[in-house]
Amino acid sequence: MKKNKLKRFLQITLISIGTGIVLMPLILGGLLSFTPSQLIMQGHLLSTHFTLVNYRQVFIETPMLQFLWHSLVISTLVMLGQMLCAISAAYAFVFLKFRFKRLIFGICLSTMMLPFEAQIIPNFNTMRDLDLLNSYAAMGLPFMASAFGIFMIKTGFERLPNELYQLSQLEGLTHLQFINKVVLPYSKVTLVTFGLYSFLSNWNMYLWPLVATTNDKVRTVQIGLRQLRAQDTASNWGLIMAATMVAVSPTLIIIFCGQRYFKSGLTSGVVK
Amino acid sequence: MKSSIRGHYLAWLLLAPTIAIMVAFMGYPMLKTIFLSSQLTDLAGNPIKFVGFENFIHLLKADSFQTSLMVTLIFVCFTTILTIVIAYGLALLTKDKFLGIDIFRTLISSTMGVSVTVASILWLFIFNPQSGLFSISLKTLHLSPINWLSDPLWSLIAIIGTTTWMNLGFAYLILLGSLQSIPDDLYRVANLHGASWWLTLRKITLPATKPTVFFVSVVTLINAFQTFGQVDILTAGGPDFHTNLMVYAIYQDAFVNHNVGRASAQSIVLTFIIMIVTLIQFWWRQKRQGRSK
Repeated sequence: MKKNKLKRFLQITLISIGTGIVLMPLILGGLLSFTPSQLIMQGHLLSTHFTLVNYRQVFIETPMLQFLWHSLVISTLVMLGQMLCAISAAYAFVFLKFRFKRLIFGICLSTMMLPFEAQIIPNFNTMRDLDLLNSYAAMGLPFMASAFGIFMIKTGFERLPNELYQLSQLEGLTHLQFINKVVLPYSKVTLVTFGLYSFLSNWNMYLWPLVATTNDKVRTVQIGLRQLRAQDTASNWGLIMAATMVAVSPTLIIIFCGQRYFKSGLTSGVVK
Repeated sequence: MKSSIRGHYLAWLLLAPTIAIMVAFMGYPMLKTIFLSSQLTDLAGNPIKFVGFENFIHLLKADSFQTSLMVTLIFVCFTTILTIVIAYGLALLTKDKFLGIDIFRTLISSTMGVSVTVASILWLFIFNPQSGLFSISLKTLHLSPINWLSDPLWSLIAIIGTTTWMNLGFAYLILLGSLQSIPDDLYRVANLHGASWWLTLRKITLPATKPTVFFVSVVTLINAFQTFGQVDILTAGGPDFHTNLMVYAIYQDAFVNHNVGRASAQSIVLTFIIMIVTLIQFWWRQKRQGRSK
C-alpha cells in the first residue's frame, strides 16, 4: 500500500510539473497583462505591482472591442452556416435516395485534401471583383460548406437506430418533422461538438482575414492583435499582453466548458 | 414509394448550398490556380502569356524555393515528432483516473483553444532578447545570450517550439482518448504476470494506440505544411529566408511581390504534397479496416 501511495505522489508531482510547463506561456502572459510595461522592459517579470491600466488602455485607446465584435459576428455566422449546410447535406446522404450519391459524397470529402492556401489568390480576386473586400460576406462565404462538418454530422446521423427510422415512417412523419423531432435531438452531442469546434476554428482564423481586410471595418480580433503588435514601437508589452488575453479568453472558456464534448466527440467521431 | 421520389428532388435541394459554395470557393479557385501556374502574370495578377511548366522549372532551379522546401520539410518532421512524443507522454501520465485529474486534463488540452496570433505573441515575448523569459534565464545562469529570432538555426527552432506547443492540446486529447479505450483487463493480466512498466508499454499500450498515433501524426503533418501565422509574427521568413516556410513564401509572392504565376506554381506543389499525405492515410485506413473485417 505504501509503495502505491508513493507512486501516486510521484505521478501527481510529475503531472503538476508537466501541466505547469505547458501552461507557462499563458500564465506568463496573464501575469504580464497586469504589470506596468516599464517594469517588464526592466526585466521584472514577477512584479508585485498590480495594475489594470493595460486593460483600460486596450478597451479605450485601441479598437479591440470593435474587433471582438467583428470576430463574434463572423464566427457565429460561419458556425451557423456550416451547421445548416452540413445538416442538410448529411441528411440527404444518410436518409435519402438519389443518383450519384456515393460520387458526390466522395467529391465532398476530397475537398478536405485541397489546402485553402492554394485557393486564396482566386478567392481574393473574386471578392475584389465583387467589391466585397472588407465585408462580412467576404469573411464568411468561402467557409460556409465544411466537408469535415458533413463527415462528422453524417457519422452522427448514421448512429440513429434503424427502429426509430422505421417507426417514423410508420407514423407518416414528414421530412421536416423527422429532422426536428427525431434526428436532431438524437444527434445533439455531435451537433454541439461540431458547433463548438467550428466556432473555435473561425475565431482563430488567420490567413484569410489578413488578406481579405485592408481596413478596420470588419477586421477580426486576431488580425487586430497582429496589427497592434506591428504598430507598437515602444515595446509596450503590458498592453500587448492584455490585448492577447482578451483575444484568447473566449476560446479558453469554450475549451473549459465544452471539454466533455471535445473529448467524446473528437475521439469517437473522427478517430474510428 | 412516394417518399423516395420526393426524396430525389429534396436531396438535390438540400445539397444545393453545399455544392454551390464548394464550386464557387474551392473548385473554381483550384482550377484557376492550376491555370495561373501555367501563366506569366503582370503586377496586377492578370495572366499575360501561356508559359507551360516554365514557372515550375524556374521554381525548382531557384535557390529561394529549394531553401523554402528544405526548411519546410525539416520543420514539418520535427514539429510532428515532437508533438506526438510530448503529447503521448502527457497522455500516459494522466491516463489513470483519480480525484482532481480532470482539472489537469482540461488544463493540458487548453492550448487547443489558443490561436496562432496569441501563441506567436506569447512566444515572441519569451524569445525577446531584451526582457524575454529565456534571455533572463540565460543571464541568471551566466550563459551567453542567444539571438532566438535572428539566428538562422535558433529561429527555426523557435518556430518549431511555438508550433509544437500550439499543437499539444489537440494531439493530447485524442491520444488520451485512445489510451483510455484500452480495456483494463489487458493491464490486469500483464500485472498478474509481473510484466514491467516498460514491457507493458511496448507490448500492450503502444500497439493498441498505433492507429490513433498514425491519425494524429497525419493531421499534425498536414497542419504543419500549412503553417503561416507563426512565421508571419515571429520571424517574417527571416533571417535570410531560413524560416521561409512554403505558405509564407506563397503569401509573399502573391500579395507582396505580386508574382502570381510563381505563387500559383508553389500552391500546386503544396497541394500535391498534402494530397499524397492524405491519400497515404486513406489507403492505410482502408487496409486496416479490410483486415479487421
